Amino acid sequence: MSINYLTPEFVIERDRDRCIDCQVCVRQCANLAHSFDEEDQKVVSDDSKCVNCHRCVVLCPTRALTIKRNPLEFKENANWTPKAIREIYKQAETGGILLTGMGNDMPYPIYWDHILLNASQVTNPSIDPLREPMELKTFLGRKPEMLRVEDGKLAEKLPPQLELEMPVMFSAMSFGSISLNACESMARAASEVGIMYNTGEGGLHRNLRKYGKNTIVQVASGRFGVDPDYLQAGAAIEIKIGQGAKPGIGGHLPGEKVGEEVSATRMIPIGSDAISPAPHHDIYSIEDLRQLIYSLKEATNYEKPVSVKIAAVHNVAAICSGIARAGADIIAIDGYRGGTGAAPTRIRDNVGIPVELALAAVDSRLREEGIRNQVSLVCAGSIRNSADIIKAVALGADAVYIASAALIAMGCHMCQKCYTGKCNWGIATQDPNLTKRLNPEIASRRLANLLHAWAHEMKEMLGGMGINAIESLRGNRLMLRGVGLSDRELKILGIKAAGE
Amino acid sequence: MLVREGQVRIPSGCAISGIINKKGELFSGSDIIKSISLMHDRSNGLGGGFAAYGIYPEYKDLYAFHMFYDDTNAKDNTEHFLNKHFNVELSGKIPTRKVAAITNVPIIWRYFVSPRKDKLEESGLSDDEFVVRCVMKINNSIDGAFVVSSGKDMGAFKAVGYPEDIGEFYMLENYKAYIWTAHGRFPTNTPGWWGGAHPFTLLDWSIVHNGEISSYDANRRYIEMFGYKCTLQTDTEAITYIFDLLLRKHKLPLDVAVTAMAAPFWSEIDRMDEDKKELVKAIRATYSSILVNGPFSIILGFKNGIVALNDRIKLRSLVAAEKDDFVYVASEESAIRVVCPEPDRIWAPRGGEPVVALLEGVETI
Repeated sequence: MSINYLTPEFVIERDRDRCIDCQVCVRQCANLAHSFDEEDQKVVSDDSKCVNCHRCVVLCPTRALTIKRNPLEFKENANWTPKAIREIYKQAETGGILLTGMGNDMPYPIYWDHILLNASQVTNPSIDPLREPMELKTFLGRKPEMLRVEDGKLAEKLPPQLELEMPVMFSAMSFGSISLNACESMARAASEVGIMYNTGEGGLHRNLRKYGKNTIVQVASGRFGVDPDYLQAGAAIEIKIGQGAKPGIGGHLPGEKVGEEVSATRMIPIGSDAISPAPHHDIYSIEDLRQLIYSLKEATNYEKPVSVKIAAVHNVAAICSGIARAGADIIAIDGYRGGTGAAPTRIRDNVGIPVELALAAVDSRLREEGIRNQVSLVCAGSIRNSADIIKAVALGADAVYIASAALIAMGCHMCQKCYTGKCNWGIATQDPNLTKRLNPEIASRRLANLLHAWAHEMKEMLGGMGINAIESLRGNRLMLRGVGLSDRELKILGIKAAGE
Repeated sequence: MLVREGQVRIPSGCAISGIINKKGELFSGSDIIKSISLMHDRSNGLGGGFAAYGIYPEYKDLYAFHMFYDDTNAKDNTEHFLNKHFNVELSGKIPTRKVAAITNVPIIWRYFVSPRKDKLEESGLSDDEFVVRCVMKINNSIDGAFVVSSGKDMGAFKAVGYPEDIGEFYMLENYKAYIWTAHGRFPTNTPGWWGGAHPFTLLDWSIVHNGEISSYDANRRYIEMFGYKCTLQTDTEAITYIFDLLLRKHKLPLDVAVTAMAAPFWSEIDRMDEDKKELVKAIRATYSSILVNGPFSIILGFKNGIVALNDRIKLRSLVAAEKDDFVYVASEESAIRVVCPEPDRIWAPRGGEPVVALLEGVETI
């Protein structure tokens, strides 16, 4: 075999003055970047195996380790970047599709960072959330066009709604792509905070059934783990058409990750590859989607809202209008920065559109058609902080999905190697030696902390704008101004430029 | 050149006042002028106006259109439109007197009309809905024309100036009404456009409003789904349409409309009995986009009475009083006491708690 043309991406620096050769790093690294040299009785490292996940750095008791980008440089070339060159080496060596994990990391514009929020000055008062009530409660689901009230009572019940204590939910991540401990951590945090988590397409593990009222169960093209009990187990059902990280592409959970528990939960044989087809093979058009939506509603006695999740693609506004008319109660739009456990790099980095533009276009379109109240909109695909949420709501979202942020809260360091199954943080792996590193007690606490912190921040921002209920911000685009955007972008976002 | 109201959103603070005689007895406009002018410093001379109910008893079955025109061209176009859609029983100039402080006067005209039967048939709409569509049409598509009011047996009188000058200008002491509401405006910009002054009206709804709502765009974008066009970009316009949507189109009781606009907090809802909780929850979930957030006090006038309402955390002042058959509401207590020194009862309504004063014998709006 020829030599590997790839040079190490990172270098591991070990401060020999600090290192006590305790071998914590050796035991922690599933990539085998560290090893103990019996002859020299000291720990050594192999840079080429390092993925820069920071596990060893964080756990080193003497802070002896630092990981740096390899300073080795190619001859300067604005066109043939190191990334472009390295990818060719990889493909020339393997003949395979390039794989990656997590969301699109290319330097496309991040519209959230070009949008600024308003605050009250003089003409109306800002409201202090420490002294006044500040409400984040949100209902997801179809709203009637009007209420009928007779003798002071509701004459017609509302269609089923999800009641969220704040407009945030954990986005779909399957058991299989992430560990059961990670799933449980989100389920626990969701039930503590009063929001939803989403099973993804991996079925619902028996241990997590007790969190049903905070669970959205997903039905994806592979239909893994779907049976009547599963549909009944959650508070809502989500049909996954697409995912922001890989629009138009299915999924593939390699057989080595399908152990006993994954197998039982997904209802497939141990060791078999779990392949989700690119389309649902019973949905080749919008009228087919309608049939599936109503099949699921029939199966659950019209007691649960049905969500449809799609990737943000070019024609997203028209597609969402169709989905609303097909009977969906909730539409989740997943932008091109949305994360994934594994996606072909070329797809992840080149397909789809920014969720900010997609969300604005969809909200405007549904309002123009007078059907915005028929569906709730959920914005997904790289919500990084509470300000992103506030901006999403002001653009028109009812709520947001977070996934990458939730993983980071649990320890993920964004090394983008989820697809290798060697996640040293015990998240994107099924290796029992690794998954036991993630303690649901601690991780759920961290998730709840994050949500509480964001809720506080959102209340501060709302109060500053003179608003004391989140619904008064929804679609309230006058609260937004754009900086550094073209007229066309401002028009699509439906916002004014700063200074206007 | 400054852009005028409608082309730009102009926040403003204000004074409001309202008086109703619950027996429906008519009284002149002098008390309301006195009341609103006491609050002179709450407005800045850039807008004011009055709404009066019961002023056209001889034409009470006809829609009274009060119009502003920038020029005769706008007037001709509008009259062409009106003749095409309505039977115009009577039209003429609204009488005014010269007042030094009131300048840049547009052409001010009024028409007493009923929808033409053939047009009504053709449209398949109710009388009221037909009128609403025509008002929207005129305001949106006839350049230089603005419908000031369009209700029956009522009218709005407004201008750029201080309210007391406006009252004098329109000779309101000569009108007799059983409801008067008034508005003095303090806009934080200087458009000086008569149409932008308040009250804002639609059919026989009239609104005077003090505040700057922070939910404006959420409210606007919701009601625009139901065919309303917010051409003025003012809170008052949006609030008027919200009332029209809830009370007239959706036929909801007043308390439901008030609950939607100034909703109780979830902590309070949690303490309600089950039926009530279910209803209020449904109201907040369904009509979440018309929760009016941020400071406001408003007086809604209509043929059967008035409703005064504060935002749910009372960020604007509002005082109410009763004396015999009269009910008074105003931004300040002094504005009531100046016309009614010894009321039987005077109180500051809580945030979100409406003051409803209906004509005797009338059960609901």
